[in-house]
Amino acid sequence: MSEERVGVYVCHCGTNIAKTVDVQDVATWAAGQPHVTVARDYKFMCSSLGQEMVEQDIQEQGLTRVVVAACSPHMHEKTFQGACERAGLNRFMFEMANIRELNSWTTKDRESATQKAKSMVRGAVERVVHHRPLDMLPVPINPNTLIVGGGIAGITAALDIANAGYHVYLVEREPSIGGHMAQVDKTFPTLDCAACILTPRMVDVGQHPNITLLSYSELEQVDGHVGNFTVRVRKKARFVNEALCTGCGDCIEKCPGKTLDEVFEVGLGYRKAVYKPFPQAVPKYPVIDTESCIFFQRGKCKACELVCPTHAIDFTQKDEYLQLQVGNIILATGYDLFDARTIPQYGYGRLANVFTSMEFERMVNAAGPTDGQIVLRDGVTPPKSVGIIHCVGSRDKHYHEYCSRVCCMYSLKFAHLIHERLPDTEVYNFYIDIRASGKRYEEFYHRVLEEGTHFIRGRVAEVTDAARMPGEEGKLIIQAEDTLIGKQRRIPVDMVILSTGVQSRHDSHEVAQLFGMGCDFNGYFIERHPKLDPVLTMSDGVFIAGACQGPMAIPETVAQAGSAASQVISLISQGTLMMEPIRARINPDKCSGCRICNNLCPYHAITFHADRKVSEVITAMCQGCGACVSACPSSAITGAHFTAQQVMSQIEGILWDVRETIPLMAR
Amino acid sequence: MTNKETSPAGNGKPKLAIYWAASCGGCEIAILNIGDKILAVDEAFEIVFWPCAADFKYEDVRNYPDHSIDLCLFNGAIRSSENEEMAHLLRQKSKVLVAFGSCAQEGCIPGLSNLTSASDTFRAIYMDNPSIDNPAATLPQTVTTVPEGELHIPVFYNTVRSLDQVVPVEYVIPGCPPEPPQIWAVLEAIVTGAPLPAPGSTVIGASHLAVCHECPLEKHEKTIERFYRPYEITPEPGLCLLEQGLMCMGIATRGGCGALCPRVGMRCEGCYGLLDGVEDQGANMISAIASVVNVGKPGDDEAELERRIGVAMDSIVDPAGTFYRFNMAHSLLHRVKTGNNGDVQNRGSETA
Repeated sequence: MSEERVGVYVCHCGTNIAKTVDVQDVATWAAGQPHVTVARDYKFMCSSLGQEMVEQDIQEQGLTRVVVAACSPHMHEKTFQGACERAGLNRFMFEMANIRELNSWTTKDRESATQKAKSMVRGAVERVVHHRPLDMLPVPINPNTLIVGGGIAGITAALDIANAGYHVYLVEREPSIGGHMAQVDKTFPTLDCAACILTPRMVDVGQHPNITLLSYSELEQVDGHVGNFTVRVRKKARFVNEALCTGCGDCIEKCPGKTLDEVFEVGLGYRKAVYKPFPQAVPKYPVIDTESCIFFQRGKCKACELVCPTHAIDFTQKDEYLQLQVGNIILATGYDLFDARTIPQYGYGRLANVFTSMEFERMVNAAGPTDGQIVLRDGVTPPKSVGIIHCVGSRDKHYHEYCSRVCCMYSLKFAHLIHERLPDTEVYNFYIDIRASGKRYEEFYHRVLEEGTHFIRGRVAEVTDAARMPGEEGKLIIQAEDTLIGKQRRIPVDMVILSTGVQSRHDSHEVAQLFGMGCDFNGYFIERHPKLDPVLTMSDGVFIAGACQGPMAIPETVAQAGSAASQVISLISQGTLMMEPIRARINPDKCSGCRICNNLCPYHAITFHADRKVSEVITAMCQGCGACVSACPSSAITGAHFTAQQVMSQIEGILWDVRETIPLMAR
Repeated sequence: MTNKETSPAGNGKPKLAIYWAASCGGCEIAILNIGDKILAVDEAFEIVFWPCAADFKYEDVRNYPDHSIDLCLFNGAIRSSENEEMAHLLRQKSKVLVAFGSCAQEGCIPGLSNLTSASDTFRAIYMDNPSIDNPAATLPQTVTTVPEGELHIPVFYNTVRSLDQVVPVEYVIPGCPPEPPQIWAVLEAIVTGAPLPAPGSTVIGASHLAVCHECPLEKHEKTIERFYRPYEITPEPGLCLLEQGLMCMGIATRGGCGALCPRVGMRCEGCYGLLDGVEDQGANMISAIASVVNVGKPGDDEAELERRIGVAMDSIVDPAGTFYRFNMAHSLLHRVKTGNNGDVQNRGSETA
């Protein structure tokens, strides 16, 4: 160990580090520390010149270990490991001291930042001399991919991967794919018919030989790691035999059980007990909803069974469990809409003519419950005036602080559609700011302005039916501050539309846990890097696309889905994957068989051999998290690259200037 | 038994010393508990120093040539200047110095006083103790002047240390006390000249696996809701005690004792100390049980998680005395900070 030759490189990171840390001082000081052969500082260590400096020193000065004090290892550990490898040093003979995120960015105190940088360098040096060379583990990649969620993101990614020649399992929990986009009438700002552009892709998915569509199915369990996941899917009982059903719809027609459609029609329309969410549903097979089915509730009826020409109705069907082997997973689980009832002063659920944006989407949709007629809750009267309230649940610290990014544009779309269908109706938009930052969005805003929509800038205080002034009787009065004129205004209207924002799926935390990844405070999945790796997650082989990562509109969702698909395709095409060898290993000669570690592995990588009374880590399943290493009371489990000696040495090094030795051998 | 007249000049037999520093005396009894084999020890060794069993003076030891004692079994921690002086002296005179028993190895019960100061220890012993009546608050003094002159007694240190924190030792025989069969196994190996492992605080006379390995109770995957003190439950026979909520230290404790305690339904208290490669027995134990306490899963209601963690924590009475009963002095903790300003007062030379 004492003959190790360590090179220390202190990065300025432009001024990111050098502004706060006296990098020259750190380098000069480091040169005098134990084991250190050479210490330098440099403007950008990650540049090719910086890397070449490391490579040259390894070769000319015979360095056996390298420490770079720079940014987070997430950023550039692989960069410098590569440099070490090119110069003939095992990539694990390297250690990074993060003096940027953990130091220079946290303080303005130059003196203490410099001192801390020295401690971190010393810790890295004392650790790196205990490093051992490790070899990367080659793992074959299963070419099948699982995509969770059959909205536009899942559809796009599935088609991209399937078209590249690889098999996809697309799991959707609703009876049909299509997601929220299938509910929408027109898309902003081009006013394309959403169904017209979506349904062909849905059909492609349904017919693609490389896609196994598992609708009305839910993910139950995920095991394994990138390249080799085992997932368990519960295929919920449809009570319709898919092999026999032709999708003719006779059963739906004859079904006497009628119920409010709370999902697709958001409570605005009805559906049968045996139903497809919408006519273009993919797959075409209906499902029986046992809650509203007369046979399931009262034991009599079976009208559907009677009329079905292919005898596809099967009341005895049970949930089916499928075990799938896949190499990669894309999560495209989408979003939920903000519940407008959360804000009682806006009256949704209490005042009949207050609608949510999704209700209005369904209403204005030609295939919707009113055949595209814009009418009040009575189902016949067209409104003479409509108030559209923006930012309902968004940009509000009581609900969601973030901007939902789609409401401004769909609110403008609503205004346009109202003008188009009801030219004499007045439309008021109550907004905080108009955010029209996409391609041709601003132009659309101007178009709506020119159409005569009124824009009132200010947050709405309340919606009420309590008339106080003449002309308010029988109307809904929107009370808001108009910040442009600095006055309170009361606008009486017939109809109010609440532009509800988007929020993360109610079960996003459970899903994240299933995959061992994280959610942010708002419940959106955390990407590996917000700028550079928006579709990667911290779990290798698990990708995210679309609004499950954060609020976004269709074009960005499709772009992300394509990006996730290309990431998956590039992984599959590599065939094998070199995995980090940072794994746990149980020394069977030290294991007492106490079984403490047995059920704490989040990856189920530990197995107990009852015959020999020892536990064992399955290397291929271990993700190197270290939970078992720290739990083992016998210290029989070692984490490669995180041995007790390495970690303790680093701690000792960090505390170099304050450490007190127990008065061993001393008097 | 051999007496000092014949030592150390020699009858060719290897010379044995046994000494008792800060300890309870149990180690000495454990040696006698090897039974009639003690005669074989006398047969094989020439005993040159064993204050508990034969009349030797320190002066005798001082007069022995350096390294003239072949084997010295040293039990007890280093708690006073006298203990320390004898540690140095016996180190100087011995070829092989063995830390015998938990006190010498890791501080043991005396080491728990590292949780307080020497003056508080004195106060507890000589003043606050319910069976003491000491109205004049008389405390032991290092130096006392009497008409005949000055009287000196050893200095009582603030911090208890293990033997190998004072002088290097070749071997360690763990246990509180070491089990007689293990003592005999070591002595027999030495007598018969069997090869010993490389010296350097090397543990002999014990297993290299945890107590669980020799414990016959059935073990399963563990999830523990809360812990119980031994009087609170009657453990299910045949089933791992830890799984039943008894804080059995066996998982983190070196075996070699034969799992005597868990066999009879009593939790292992950890007296055989830490295993090879372990930095801190108490920390390992805490880390292990923290991993299997079932308080819910991530994503559960935070307040409820906190409450259940509180319940589990509250069921661990006397954590220091549970996890560090034997190893406090040799642990990473070593001792608590004392004094109002938070200054570390852990220098062994400090006195009460």
